[in-house]
Amino acid sequence: MSTVAPVVQPATTPAPNGGDFEFVKSWKVTIALTIFTVLGFILLVAFGRDGVSTMRLSTSRDLIQLPDLELPTRVTGIVISVLLLLITGVSAWLVRAKTKAPIWLIAVYAVLLLVGFLAWAAADKSIPVPGLLFGSLSLAVPLIFGALGGVISERAGVVNIAIEGQLLAGAFTSALVASLTNQPLLGLVAAMLAGTLVSMVLASFSIKYFVDQVIVGVVLNVLVIGMTGFLYSQVMAPNAVLLNQPPRFERINIPLLSEIPIIGPVFFRQTLIVYIMYVAVAVVYYGIFHTKWGLRLRSVGEHPQAADTVGINVAATRFWNVSIAGAVVGLGGAYFTLGSVGAFGKEMTAGAGFIALAAVIFGRWDPIRATLAALLFGFASNLQNVLSIIGSPVPSEFMLMLPYLVTIFAVAGLVGQSRGPAASGKPYIKS
Amino acid sequence: MSTTQGQAPQPGTETSPAGEPTRWHRMFREITTGSAIISVLAVVLALVVGAVMIAFTNKDVQASAGYFFSRPGDTLVEIWNSVAGAYSALFQGSIYNFRRPSFADGIKPLTQTLTFATPLIMAGLGVALGFRAGMFNIGGRGQMLIAAALGGWVGFAVDLPYGLHMVVALVVGILGGALWGGIVGLLKARTGAHEVITTIMLNYVAFYLISYLLRDGFLKTPGSNNPKSPATKVTAVFPDLLGPSYTLHFGFILAIAATIFTWWLLSRSNLGFQFRAVGFNPNAARVAGISVQRMYVYAMMLSGGLVGLAGINQVLGTSTSGFGAGLDSSIGFDAITVALLGRSKPWGVFWAGILFGAFKAGGFSMQAAEGVPIDIVLVVQSLIVLFIAAPPLVRAIFRLPVPGAARRTTQPNVSQEVAAK
Amino acid sequence: MKLELRGITKKFGALVANDHINLTVEAGEIHALLGENGAGKSTLMNVLYGLYRAEEGEILLDDVVQHFAGPGDAMAAGIGMVHQHFMLIPVFTVAENVMLGHEDTRSGGRLDLVAARKRVREISERFGFDVDPDALVEDLPVGVQQRVEIIKAVSRDAKVLVFDEPTAVLTPQETDELMVIMRQLKEAGTSIVFITHKLREVRAVADRITVIRLGAVVGEASPTASNVELATMMVGRAVDLTVDKDPAVPGDAALSVRNLSVLNARGQVLVNNVSFDVHNGEILAIAGVQGNGQTELTEALMGLQPRVSGEITLDGKSLRGHSVRQVLEAGVGFVPEDRNEDGLVGEFTIAENLMLDRSNDKPFVKMWNVQRALLAKFAVDKVKEFDVRSQGIDTPVGRLSGGNQQKVVLARELSRELRLFVAAQPTRGLDVGSIEFVHERIVATRDAGTPVIVISTELDEVAALADRVMVMYRGRIVGIVPGDTPRAVLGLMMAGEAPAGEGAAA
Repeated sequence: MSTVAPVVQPATTPAPNGGDFEFVKSWKVTIALTIFTVLGFILLVAFGRDGVSTMRLSTSRDLIQLPDLELPTRVTGIVISVLLLLITGVSAWLVRAKTKAPIWLIAVYAVLLLVGFLAWAAADKSIPVPGLLFGSLSLAVPLIFGALGGVISERAGVVNIAIEGQLLAGAFTSALVASLTNQPLLGLVAAMLAGTLVSMVLASFSIKYFVDQVIVGVVLNVLVIGMTGFLYSQVMAPNAVLLNQPPRFERINIPLLSEIPIIGPVFFRQTLIVYIMYVAVAVVYYGIFHTKWGLRLRSVGEHPQAADTVGINVAATRFWNVSIAGAVVGLGGAYFTLGSVGAFGKEMTAGAGFIALAAVIFGRWDPIRATLAALLFGFASNLQNVLSIIGSPVPSEFMLMLPYLVTIFAVAGLVGQSRGPAASGKPYIKS
Repeated sequence: MSTTQGQAPQPGTETSPAGEPTRWHRMFREITTGSAIISVLAVVLALVVGAVMIAFTNKDVQASAGYFFSRPGDTLVEIWNSVAGAYSALFQGSIYNFRRPSFADGIKPLTQTLTFATPLIMAGLGVALGFRAGMFNIGGRGQMLIAAALGGWVGFAVDLPYGLHMVVALVVGILGGALWGGIVGLLKARTGAHEVITTIMLNYVAFYLISYLLRDGFLKTPGSNNPKSPATKVTAVFPDLLGPSYTLHFGFILAIAATIFTWWLLSRSNLGFQFRAVGFNPNAARVAGISVQRMYVYAMMLSGGLVGLAGINQVLGTSTSGFGAGLDSSIGFDAITVALLGRSKPWGVFWAGILFGAFKAGGFSMQAAEGVPIDIVLVVQSLIVLFIAAPPLVRAIFRLPVPGAARRTTQPNVSQEVAAK
Repeated sequence: MKLELRGITKKFGALVANDHINLTVEAGEIHALLGENGAGKSTLMNVLYGLYRAEEGEILLDDVVQHFAGPGDAMAAGIGMVHQHFMLIPVFTVAENVMLGHEDTRSGGRLDLVAARKRVREISERFGFDVDPDALVEDLPVGVQQRVEIIKAVSRDAKVLVFDEPTAVLTPQETDELMVIMRQLKEAGTSIVFITHKLREVRAVADRITVIRLGAVVGEASPTASNVELATMMVGRAVDLTVDKDPAVPGDAALSVRNLSVLNARGQVLVNNVSFDVHNGEILAIAGVQGNGQTELTEALMGLQPRVSGEITLDGKSLRGHSVRQVLEAGVGFVPEDRNEDGLVGEFTIAENLMLDRSNDKPFVKMWNVQRALLAKFAVDKVKEFDVRSQGIDTPVGRLSGGNQQKVVLARELSRELRLFVAAQPTRGLDVGSIEFVHERIVATRDAGTPVIVISTELDEVAALADRVMVMYRGRIVGIVPGDTPRAVLGLMMAGEAPAGEGAAA
């Protein structure tokens, strides 16, 4: 498939000389809000339930105990439906008045809808809010690492479909190395190396041999699934005691911070990997937008030829950044074995890499937004867990489906217009 | 993220360097630098890597390696034993088993291979069709599931006469796949949503949807807690091709028909012409009055329909005793590698499907006979595709001559100078 | 700094793009490199800039042999380049673009944007530019983007500055300003290589002229040489700069456009309330600097623009809001301005490209089947008629030269029954021979009584073809004037100044 035609690099599109603007009305957001408001109304009012929904805000181990929040289910549903209707109206009015609905308004809308749903689902039951959020964060950790790796790689101009493979490789090696050495930290390092290795294959095939990046990514996923599956069955499973009993990271409670109500138990009673994740998000964000490294990284992803003409080595920049991306994703893989599950299992990442990819796009190639998207996906998955424990009126399959549906909506509704790095996915071919 | 635009793997462009050397010389160049030899060498390389993995993880090899320096011969013998054992089991499980007494028995593995190949060919054709229209259909899993669910429901819940029942189930299944694929095309056409993302997401949606329906919906077997559908009625089951003692069924004929259809569509029909135009250069297609949006929808529907054919093939042909949510058993993903190996050409896909069918059939018997995990097949398959995708790498490993260096390098110059105005 | 190129040879496979080229540029000299499209000018400069590696020859700066492994080395040695396709990153600010590749950082690896902004302001002041360091490049007009390129080169202390076809995107006024800047740079001791194929500009600014043809130097000329002399050197034979054509015999108005406006997705008005007619048997040339709405206007005619208001009628029937296919079926022939991007499918054969816009029904498609025999015969005929040089009708058009590609587009469009022919930049990037061929076919189409619209940014082409000229500026029509309107007037109109007797000829 070395037929990828040499890309004629797009010249900087000459900005039209015209200066006049007319507001293009977009009803997309309003239409979406209307649909959700109708759905919300049907669920919360038409199918409204009676009872009292209890939200537990503290865990038993907290120093500061907050009282439980008790919401009368039906009234809450009605109040929230009305608020949703109001926001929809405001957004329609704003479009008529030729401005756009601000993003915070949509965020408020989303939170309201969520609270309404929670209250509806928890009629006469109680939802442990810190537990719900804690679990969400746990499920989101590998997604966040995966998304960060995806952002770095795509910003450098290489589409990273292989996140899944990098996660899996990281999970496998960290389990193996940590079991052998009994050192979780060494497992962490091994996971980074494994992720880097997968990335380097991706990088060399796409940068050196100009193979289509999406294809390499897909094939690499299969390769890693095959390799880890083979080695697991052949080597690891028969010697599980020696090779597949990795020590897990201990939870570390951060003094003071961990005692903040709700936030403390969720964010500051975590393992080392999670704290590394906080740092990684900050570092990647700062690095990409405020350092020389980031400027060059973005330049080769946006307009490689321009970067080349100012003396930046495009191939090398891409190669090393894709490798770094792999290391970051590898950390996420380690979380499966050293942070949450424990032992390695075949295909244990179960599509997390693809969700991370969705988070990258949902987050519009921005590390912070991608992190938030990953948190949202983590929340949706954990909501399903929590609801199935308290006995949810919604079949669990539909809850599990939710993140994927949300992604489709997001990609179709929002990202259609937003831009990724201009040269992402395109090989840079010099003669 | 316009990754897949114009990426449709196109065969044949490796060849025909400028100039007119002698006929013999040209033929020699074609053979040594063309895609045929690359494909063969890629398979060889992948098998070698697989052999290394088998040898390294083999217990006897490890044991003998412990005293390698005193008796290195032992290690070599064990390596040979492990690899030869595995690969001969692979061969005997997929082509011909010499240990069986009669030819009718010995050839059974080959028919098994063709049975495994059938859905791979069908789904591979679907993926290839997408590639040719410039789209990457990773949604095989979802399309197969929806097709199997809808067609399968017709198969077990509806009463129709023999023959007609099968046809109706088949058509409904194909339409199911086309519907699931069409959603992707529609989303891309209307909103620009990238098909790689939407197909992946729809895979999960389909999986959970079907899981629910099997557990608590119209696919549930009455009186059973097993999330599995009832068995397909005999009136809808594909007839056997070689009698009841072989697994090969009518689906294989359908696979051949689908190959012919796809070939006609892509290289003879005007719709295929428009697909290819859109796949290569959507801008030019649009300016020439071809509705790119409509082509996206049609191509994804046809692609989904072909993948759906693979799904319904499983329900009506291969496992007729009812299906679960794992029915696709990664055929949807394997189809991508099949399409890539076949270079998105219908007949290429056909032969690639048979090769991978052989790997599957042989892989199971290798696992049973030699204890080599079937996952090695995934490794070999993905390596084949990787190597084939990077001819320069294969050439470098085998030190083959580089084909007409003129081809790639002249183009940048042309575009530079054309743009130079 | 003195630049010397000795015996530079660069091959692409069998094609020799530069054949033992020698060139000397003295310090503080403006040296024009004149040549046709495809003569090898850009290749030579890319060799100089380290983007290509030459097979033979050497580069000397102040008599010292240089070895450039990449643009970084060339820049470090003092060579700067203002690229024809600007090498700017659209989503970066001016300051970020200027600092890229030689970034200053502060503690924590933080980019020192303060210093970068200061540098941009300093250089802007020196040359009298008005450039905001924090503006996003994509929001800037082309003329300003070019200044950013100049700032970029100057901020790296370029001693030799290469301008690669810098005037292609500028108005005549902006071109004059650029000349002033070039002289300013020269005063400051910078050596300048000025690559162009426009004779007038060369004579206006160059100290010396080197002409190259087919990859080799054909000689030097002085700026006092006449247009005809220079053109003859450039092309290798005497060229007739005019097109033979009889006076137009315009018939009734065929295409009528009323109050047409086009918006882009961001709501920017690209074509602003435009009205005009085109008559049977006349060529209306739409002139203007690139990016003043001509492209969007033609796209709106073709049904390629989504946000169009106003009315378009052809022979009394409305075309607005119709799909491209409907427009084509109404008898509109279209040569898009970027043939590689919009006109041809490079991987398709000549034959396939010839049926590209007739892939739905007769004559090439019957009952869903492509009529291959018929198509082959048609292709053979057309290849002969339009003199397409190739190895046969099954050659992928991507392997043809620009001129032959354009002939394929013309053959396709002109072999239908046309009620309107729209040709956008029909000769962009072509050699002189092909230009003559294309112009002849366009005039022949007019003489057959078909209304023709030619969109061109080249005044030469406008003057050669037009029966009437419509000039566009910022999406509006500045005026519609007769084809023989003096260049100076057209030049002013392209800068937005309405001519004296406005409306006289419309």
